[in-house]
Amino acid sequence: MSRRRPRFPTGSVARYTVLVLMFVLLAGPLLWQLSLSLKGPGDDLYAQPPRLVPDDPTFGNYTGVLDRVPVLRFVMNSGLVALLVVGGNVLFATAAGFALARLRFRFRGLVTALFVAALLVPVEAVIIAQFLLVRSAGLTDSLLGVALPTFVAPLNVLLMRNAFAGIPDELEEAAVLDGAGVWQRFLRVCVPQVKGVMAVVAIFAFVGSWNDFLWPLIVLSDEQNYTLTVGLNMLKGTFYDDPRLIAAGTIVALVPIIVFFAALQRFFMRGLEQGGIKG
Amino acid sequence: MSGTVTASRRGMRREGRTRPARHPHWTRGSWYVPWLFLGVALAVVSTFVLFPFFNTLLLSFTDATLLRGGQFVGVDNFRELWGDARFRTALLNSTLYVVCVVPVMVVLPLVLAALVAGKGRLLGFFRTSYYLPVIMSPVIVGLVWTNLLDRRGLVNSVLGWVSAVGEPVPFLTDRWLLLFSAMFVTIWMGMGYYMVIYLAALANIDPTLYDSADVDGAGTVRKFLHVTMPGVRNTMGLIGLFSSIAAFRVFGEVYVLTDGTGGTGGDNLTMTMLIQREGTGLQARTGYAGAISLVMFAIMAVLLVLQLVAQNRQRRNG
Repeated sequence: MSRRRPRFPTGSVARYTVLVLMFVLLAGPLLWQLSLSLKGPGDDLYAQPPRLVPDDPTFGNYTGVLDRVPVLRFVMNSGLVALLVVGGNVLFATAAGFALARLRFRFRGLVTALFVAALLVPVEAVIIAQFLLVRSAGLTDSLLGVALPTFVAPLNVLLMRNAFAGIPDELEEAAVLDGAGVWQRFLRVCVPQVKGVMAVVAIFAFVGSWNDFLWPLIVLSDEQNYTLTVGLNMLKGTFYDDPRLIAAGTIVALVPIIVFFAALQRFFMRGLEQGGIKG
Repeated sequence: MSGTVTASRRGMRREGRTRPARHPHWTRGSWYVPWLFLGVALAVVSTFVLFPFFNTLLLSFTDATLLRGGQFVGVDNFRELWGDARFRTALLNSTLYVVCVVPVMVVLPLVLAALVAGKGRLLGFFRTSYYLPVIMSPVIVGLVWTNLLDRRGLVNSVLGWVSAVGEPVPFLTDRWLLLFSAMFVTIWMGMGYYMVIYLAALANIDPTLYDSADVDGAGTVRKFLHVTMPGVRNTMGLIGLFSSIAAFRVFGEVYVLTDGTGGTGGDNLTMTMLIQREGTGLQARTGYAGAISLVMFAIMAVLLVLQLVAQNRQRRNG
């Protein structure tokens, strides 16, 4: 952030008015969803004017959803997939990024070009072929099948490569003089320098995996294996007549991601400023 | 050993100023060490991105189905696409998505960024809350807005209450209203992302420019038009590119708002929905779906090239 920012000497009131209106537009729908999820049978959902505070507040909608749809199971499935994807990207994108940035070997340029080419292929263009592949490996309807295609994302490899390339030579030179091998240079010298970028990779891998919808929708068929997004999509069909239950389901799904965001928001902003791109 | 030395010399010349070139002694480990570091990443990316891409190329020239390998049929799939009404609808919807969503995504987040830039807890709070929808799943956002836009949902309640409309507005059933509602939802959840990118660009504008504008007596709007916008022109190009590719790929919002049906008679199908629909399930025609995928890839590549050319020209003229 620059020390001197664009100033709006006369427009301060106008500025905050716009900001507050925007906030209402963004937070309002979520607040309404929360209110809806707490409304009991005694509430008129369609009262005019609409009422934000429930007359007959209840947690019954939450127990109702949890009883009839295995939401916690979905959360666990999503968590497992996210764990695999985050682990894969943090470990293997880091290792690959290190090799591309700090080791010399034949075909290095070619391999880098492969990762760049892979970055340019949109997932929609290959998703059917990916499905055929996972199917022939017998991994349809499994969480492993959901996690595999994004286990190491080309974008993360290239992000890590750039991070490693930014480390000053002197650090590594000193380590080499001390007789450090490749492994020590990687773990002791270079990795500590790029921890911030690794955190960014981890966070975006988590969010991407947690929110992914198209791929798990294609791969999974048994309800027991549904991830949260695919499972939530079912809510609409299951509780067609009762928006209160749908609302309760979405709030259950929202809480973990909001907590996660609140805890790590500093990294989110930094990640974007470093040029992280949404998957 | 001598082979390795030649290779590294050749590499040195080719890669010119890349850093490790000055330190040939760093390569003293065995030749396979780099491949140990690269192995898993290379295997995953080749297997799940590069190979499927070539497989899609091949598939699109066959009449393969999910259960059958299929024969080479030349360009039959593409000829069929040309006459397929659903394909035209999907192409139209995805294109409209780009045309309508992108201008908003380029301008609105910039205005927001200019408004929330600066120090102070309150501004920080606004920044964070504007970003929050970005990390929410399109499915959740779709469900939230389904409740809001329903015939009897909040939006219609409010409109009815202030007597703006006599009949409930069919946001989720009318062919065009549904498409525009979905676009609104896309913008609602995507704004914060581009806002943060703009924030980084705004921080790089020379603050003395604003001071000289002050001296010239420029107001807020003129400063925005004549200092802020030119200062972030490259970022605007970049965001135009990102958001047009993102808009063309739209899936989750439309899928959830239409209950996965793509609207009445499939009128609201998008390209991605069409691929998902043709390429999965027991009746899947993977060859045909491959052809749609390929067309989609080609269009996205064209978007990319067009945007880059436009940006280059702008830079040369500016």
